[in-house]
Amino acid sequence: MSPVILNTIEVILNGLMTGVMYSLVALGFVLIFKASGIFNYAQGVMALFAALTLVGFQTGQVPFSHLINVIFGTNYHNWSNGINTFLAIVLTMLVMIALAWLVERVVLRHLVNQEQIILFMATIGLAFFMEGLGDLMWGANIKVLDVGLPSGGSFWLEDVTREWASEGSEYYGMYIDVLDVWAAGIAVVLVIALTIFSQYTKTGRALRAVADDHQAALTVGISLRTIWVVVWSIAGFVALVAGIMWGSKSGIQFSLSLIALKALPVLILGGFTSIPGAIIGGLVIGVGEKLFEFGIGPLIGGATENWFAYVLALLFLMFRPQGLFGDKIIERV
Amino acid sequence: MKLRSLTAAAIATTLALGSGVVSADLTFPSLSYRTGAYAPNGIPFADGYADYFTMLNERDGGIGGAKINFIECETGYNTEKGVECYESTKGEGALLYQPLSTGITYQLIPKATADGIPVHSMGYGRTSAANGKVFSHIFNYPGNYWDAASIIIKHILDEEGGDIKDKNIALVYHNSAYGKEPIRTLEELAKKHGYKLTLLAVDHPGQEQKSQWLQIRRERPDYVLMWGWGVMNQVAIQEAANIRYPMDKFIGVWWSSSENDVIPSGSGANGYKAINFHGVGDDFGVYDDLRKYVVDTGKAAGDGSNLGTVLYNRGMYAAVLAAEAARTAQEIHGVAEINASQMRDGMEALKIDQTRMAELGLADFGPEINVTCESHGGPGQAAIQQWDAESKTWKLITDFAGADRDVIDALIAEDSAAFAAENSITPRSC
Repeated sequence: MSPVILNTIEVILNGLMTGVMYSLVALGFVLIFKASGIFNYAQGVMALFAALTLVGFQTGQVPFSHLINVIFGTNYHNWSNGINTFLAIVLTMLVMIALAWLVERVVLRHLVNQEQIILFMATIGLAFFMEGLGDLMWGANIKVLDVGLPSGGSFWLEDVTREWASEGSEYYGMYIDVLDVWAAGIAVVLVIALTIFSQYTKTGRALRAVADDHQAALTVGISLRTIWVVVWSIAGFVALVAGIMWGSKSGIQFSLSLIALKALPVLILGGFTSIPGAIIGGLVIGVGEKLFEFGIGPLIGGATENWFAYVLALLFLMFRPQGLFGDKIIERV
Repeated sequence: MKLRSLTAAAIATTLALGSGVVSADLTFPSLSYRTGAYAPNGIPFADGYADYFTMLNERDGGIGGAKINFIECETGYNTEKGVECYESTKGEGALLYQPLSTGITYQLIPKATADGIPVHSMGYGRTSAANGKVFSHIFNYPGNYWDAASIIIKHILDEEGGDIKDKNIALVYHNSAYGKEPIRTLEELAKKHGYKLTLLAVDHPGQEQKSQWLQIRRERPDYVLMWGWGVMNQVAIQEAANIRYPMDKFIGVWWSSSENDVIPSGSGANGYKAINFHGVGDDFGVYDDLRKYVVDTGKAAGDGSNLGTVLYNRGMYAAVLAAEAARTAQEIHGVAEINASQMRDGMEALKIDQTRMAELGLADFGPEINVTCESHGGPGQAAIQQWDAESKTWKLITDFAGADRDVIDALIAEDSAAFAAENSITPRSC
């Protein structure tokens, strides 16, 4: 096979893997939007906050240590040498549930029946608050995250695919990051788990009822407030998974919150209310931007991925405003 | 009567506090960023800058008998906020600005020049500001981006036995004015040495670089250079490790040279190289005094854990150069309480030889400094450092070497002449 074809396949594969990483972030947006109609601007910061908290538990860091030391003149930094990763993930999840409860109690409860734009603005405020809180709790330094996931190029794939190239051609085998493969596997498990939860559990059915019609759900006794806490908790869990995957690549630092920007075109393309849409949208954006960068990028100076994703989303917006899988909005006048 | 006296006293106190009048004599604002996406790099630099001035106040009572007033203003690495910080602090009697951002520096070039306040963009900002005839108030010693590009190519020449004809050198750069700075120099040097230059832009913030590193893996450049900042550095080094690119062929600029950039990649970053214009580690006499007078007394800007890291050293070195320039200004003008104009004179006459460096507790920390009216760029020398992942330390593996002055000086003259023409500046005669 010609190396050009093999390289193109490699780009598509890596695009799919990158797309999965985008989808992980987009999923959190979809969950909250579906259940409450809120576009949660703070989803990226939630991923950052969850990852910071996870590393804090893993390393046994004292939260707010800088503040404590300044006020009391102490020198506390760590309360232990850390705890094992599984326990740290469980504790982080508890923190994200507590956060969801607080968000409902302090922010959302007071904004029931407000315009969507008001709720959106509230999540902008929440994003700034959480960014500052994360900084104050865990410090602004870059943290190394190791949850035991393997990373680096797959030797096996390289060796197998090297044989596929035409004889005499300079080809080094196909590359794929093992961490990306793990991310893809985890995303599949996550989507299956979310589907089972929403289809076969009582809370899941209540969640779908709220998503379909708030008023109707209220009339049959479903507590909107409980559902919001559940949804924000699940979004917190998804944020934790996204934070782990992205943070494993670059360390945990505040620019992690900017991954939310990568989820926007995915949402526009896949639809704000569809979990499969978030996955398919991520894959389309991932493959599209990588192929464009591979084929056209070198001709126009490169660095096309950021804007190309938005151009692709814009094209979809022109022909299918609700996205590939989004609910068509019909307003009767 | 008593009430009237009390009211008068209260008004006087309020006015004194409100006007920001302080008893200190030498005011050094610090445009720092301790928040936001770039805080991990901004904090150690700001700590080093602050701690050195604190040490001078505590140990020596300031500079030449005049106390130092240190004002920190948070920019968040945001140009607009940086300009606001400048505007809000310049009235405090600011002697010098260290913007720590190329974007902020570009905005301050005309403003600070008009206000008569010098700017020290140490190893960043507008490269051609090295031409003191055109940029009277802007200084970028001890080195600039074009020096860095040239010294890295010189290092590659040394590694390759002096011949890099037909070699392929790739530049992975932050797709911004900063990241594009070395391109012109590398193109000129490519003409001279016959290497092929491949340009790979990475968009802000640089969290996703798969395409660029797949291209590097396909094309197998002999060397990869990096002009990155923030998360772009960590991701690039991780991707290089993932594709098993030889780390000793991967060389970053001095803003891609901190512990923050390599530690997240663990052992994968072992052997990564970067250029630097100052020493590494804390094996210098000045650290004894920093610990004694600042850290141990609880007066440090941070928690003391950053001492000896690359960016802390850089911030501390920036403060050393500022303090030495202030001292020079005091000697020139015969006064302890200098103003911004006199500070500029001190910067333009700054000379630090190795004897003075040793007196400062910084023997062999950096090259000798010799600033002149013509050259605000200083020696333009730097060394190559290499990361040892096991001991988690940087080691300087070359001596401080100079840039290819034939190429660099011509580029500086050309660019500064264009700036002078655009802004109707008549170059000074020196």
